[in-house]
Amino acid sequence: MSKSASLATVGSIRGDVVATANSNEEQYVTFTVGNEEYGVNILSVREIRGWTPESRLPNLPDYVRGVINLRGIIIPIFDLRARFGGGITEVTKRHVVVVVQVGERTRGILVDAISDILAISQDQIKPPPTMESGLVESQYLSGLFTAENRMVTLLDVARLFAIETGDDEHQSGAAD
Amino acid sequence: MEDLQQFKQTYFEESGEFLGVAETGLLRLTPGNADMEEINAIFRAVHSIKGGGGAFGFSDLVAFAHEFETVMDGVRNGTIAITDELVDTLIRSNDVLGQLLAHARDGTRPPAGFAGQIVASLKNFAASAIQEDADVEELYAPSPAVTAAATGGATAADGRRTYSVRFRPKADLLLTGNDPTFMLRALKALGDAEIECDIGGLPTLAHLEPELIYLQWLVTVTTAKNTSDIQDIFEFVSDESLVEIAEHSAESPASAASKAEAKPPAAAAASKAGAAPPAVYATEAAASATAAKPTAGRSSAQSEGGHANLGNHTIRVDLDKIDRLVNMVGEMVITQAMVAEHVRDLPQGEFQELLEGLEQLAQHTRELRESVMSIRAQPVGSVFSRMPRLVRELATATGKDVSLVTSGENTEVDKTVVENLVDPLTHMIRNSIDHGLESPDTREATGKPRTGTVHLSAAHRSGRIVIEVADDGKGIDRPRVMQKAVEKGLVQAGATLSDEEIDNLIFLPGFSTADKISNISGRGVGMDVVRRNITSLGGRIGVYSTPGQGSRFILSLPLTLAVLDGMVISVGAERFVLPLTNIIESLRPKIADLHGLVNKCDVMMARGEYIRLVYLHALFGIPGAITDATKGLVVLVETEDGGRLGLVVDEVLGQQQVVIKSLESNYRRLDGVAAATILGDGRVALILDVAGLQEMSQHGGSASSVAQRQVTAASPQPHVM
Repeated sequence: MSKSASLATVGSIRGDVVATANSNEEQYVTFTVGNEEYGVNILSVREIRGWTPESRLPNLPDYVRGVINLRGIIIPIFDLRARFGGGITEVTKRHVVVVVQVGERTRGILVDAISDILAISQDQIKPPPTMESGLVESQYLSGLFTAENRMVTLLDVARLFAIETGDDEHQSGAAD
Repeated sequence: MEDLQQFKQTYFEESGEFLGVAETGLLRLTPGNADMEEINAIFRAVHSIKGGGGAFGFSDLVAFAHEFETVMDGVRNGTIAITDELVDTLIRSNDVLGQLLAHARDGTRPPAGFAGQIVASLKNFAASAIQEDADVEELYAPSPAVTAAATGGATAADGRRTYSVRFRPKADLLLTGNDPTFMLRALKALGDAEIECDIGGLPTLAHLEPELIYLQWLVTVTTAKNTSDIQDIFEFVSDESLVEIAEHSAESPASAASKAEAKPPAAAAASKAGAAPPAVYATEAAASATAAKPTAGRSSAQSEGGHANLGNHTIRVDLDKIDRLVNMVGEMVITQAMVAEHVRDLPQGEFQELLEGLEQLAQHTRELRESVMSIRAQPVGSVFSRMPRLVRELATATGKDVSLVTSGENTEVDKTVVENLVDPLTHMIRNSIDHGLESPDTREATGKPRTGTVHLSAAHRSGRIVIEVADDGKGIDRPRVMQKAVEKGLVQAGATLSDEEIDNLIFLPGFSTADKISNISGRGVGMDVVRRNITSLGGRIGVYSTPGQGSRFILSLPLTLAVLDGMVISVGAERFVLPLTNIIESLRPKIADLHGLVNKCDVMMARGEYIRLVYLHALFGIPGAITDATKGLVVLVETEDGGRLGLVVDEVLGQQQVVIKSLESNYRRLDGVAAATILGDGRVALILDVAGLQEMSQHGGSASSVAQRQVTAASPQPHVM
């Protein structure tokens, strides 16, 4: 339902929705943060919306921007730039929020702009190079893809903000 | 077809209630304490389930209910003695009945051999009562003159009397799930009975409707029981069927019987009344003739009539409909707030009528909200009533003597809260019985009564419901709790904790002090889950324990999970909502009212009391807020356990009803935040959890700004306000 709607939205941005010919191919929505391009599986994207002012949440890392009202439900917004250590995004009207669904939960990711929709087959995805531990937290990267001459980092949305979404809450539950 | 579906729905709803009634009654049933009212209530409940089940053709259900009912009937007649074993069987039977109902509802069949054991033991009980079981065949014997049990010769020598009972069931009696066989058999169980069947009413085969009854019976019964006992048998059918009971002189049982037989049924009632001297009870709801005897008709139709009366005052409403209503009211509250916010910007004094209208709208919205919420309010008694069962089982399993005392069952709270109370309460009571109470011998040795007491109570306190589970057991064993906590690495060895802190260790995940893991509690998944459940409902839980005297678990919950009256406040650019029930007053303190307390925190003198100040901006790390309490505002708040705080905020924006929205459904719980809401402009505001704020501030969240000021004030220039 909302999948086709979001396709249409994204399609109108770029106007070049790629028809999936190969059953091995999956579609990814890609977006930019600074000079980097990231992609998430289109099946997890519920909608893409313009920026609306958030309400801040207390005592949380800076990449937790706060919460917004998404048609009566309250969802958290995460700042992808800040998540990757690039500092807090100075939000303008051109910034967008990618609303993704992980299981039963909905969350928004603040990015600079939507870039593309790519059909990527599994064998085109290259694993991220092994990094010295601590340099890149690779558990939320699902792979790298080369589109023309750009590198697109594919993100695992389920893992990306897992620590901050209460999916694993045992420690914080004990703290109060 | 749809109608039938609707009736089924009603039947399952009612049956659920009947099961509850039966269980409540059964739990009160103890040897030597047989309250006839209770027993009758249980009997009626089972019978009603059976009756409805018959109407819908749930044969498994009806067959089982029948066995159950037979035993209950024996209990009612006093032919089956009430023993612990019996009560256990009956309670389990009630469960089986519930399972069968669930099968019937889902359209599934119970597995083969389902509940066979229970049926067998029910049958045993039934057999122990009725030695000479009436043979069903004979009741349908075609000849009008056939006599069933040839005990005859009714003499009044042993104080027994002979009655002739004419029973002409209403033609469609079977459709209501009743079966005349059962009543005849019950009659027979009263004493020596002769049953004659009058087949005079039978139409020709071509006209015979297989689902109707054309027969009538004349029973001559010699028994030590009296007329009302006989009447009881026909309790459920007396307003639909003709039942005549006549006592006759010992000499002429045969003549009375033959006379009745000779007469056509319609005339029987009138003529019989004249013929049989001592006592005639005739009740036929359908016939206007009974109007002459209103009292008899009313009293015997008590159970049915009672339900009908209830029906006039209450209606059944699908919960979904109410939920939709609650949601709509919630949206309306938000819309109303939005309109109110826009109107605030209008030029003053120009739209007087509009403003008045909106004021009224706000008033009505609030009343509407309260009415809707009261629809969902339910007494906590519905949860409490499940606990005796649990206590009973636990007492048996642990070999402890436990008595459960409940109070405040009528305290009302939102249905969703009630539903969510079951698991936490179950855990807490388990905990109290398994860990808290000692064995009877130990109790005796320490000078306590052998029977331990668990007290479960509920009360309204400052806009919340407070539920307490208290036991008079040994209390929390603090040294052992401490030892376990260190062993499990929850606390560092050698740390000094206050008694209260030690007590609260039991809420940590993975904590259990039971030396051996029992199947009741002690897997260490108990109390932390309880706390998680409670906090997710916006509640909190605390434990107070006195070694040797027992422990008290106190949990407090909001009355509703949907809407609350709040005060919107601002701190920096952020707005928050404080529940109105927490607020005492708000004021702007003078510099002379503020004091630093041992450089740790600030206190304020308000109405003769020192109150600790909590700077919300410091606690939440909000930039750009007013940091000086004398320039902002102090909102005096009170937690439900009576603690007071002064929250320093920038501004109080106004009172508003807010719809409670979950932060956890898409995110997680945050300290000091109870939930979130959407304000009139569509922005999200957090609803503050005052007790949570208090806890946060005690852990050094807000430093003293007065103290800092006094350090800087040591420099020459005085502080300028």
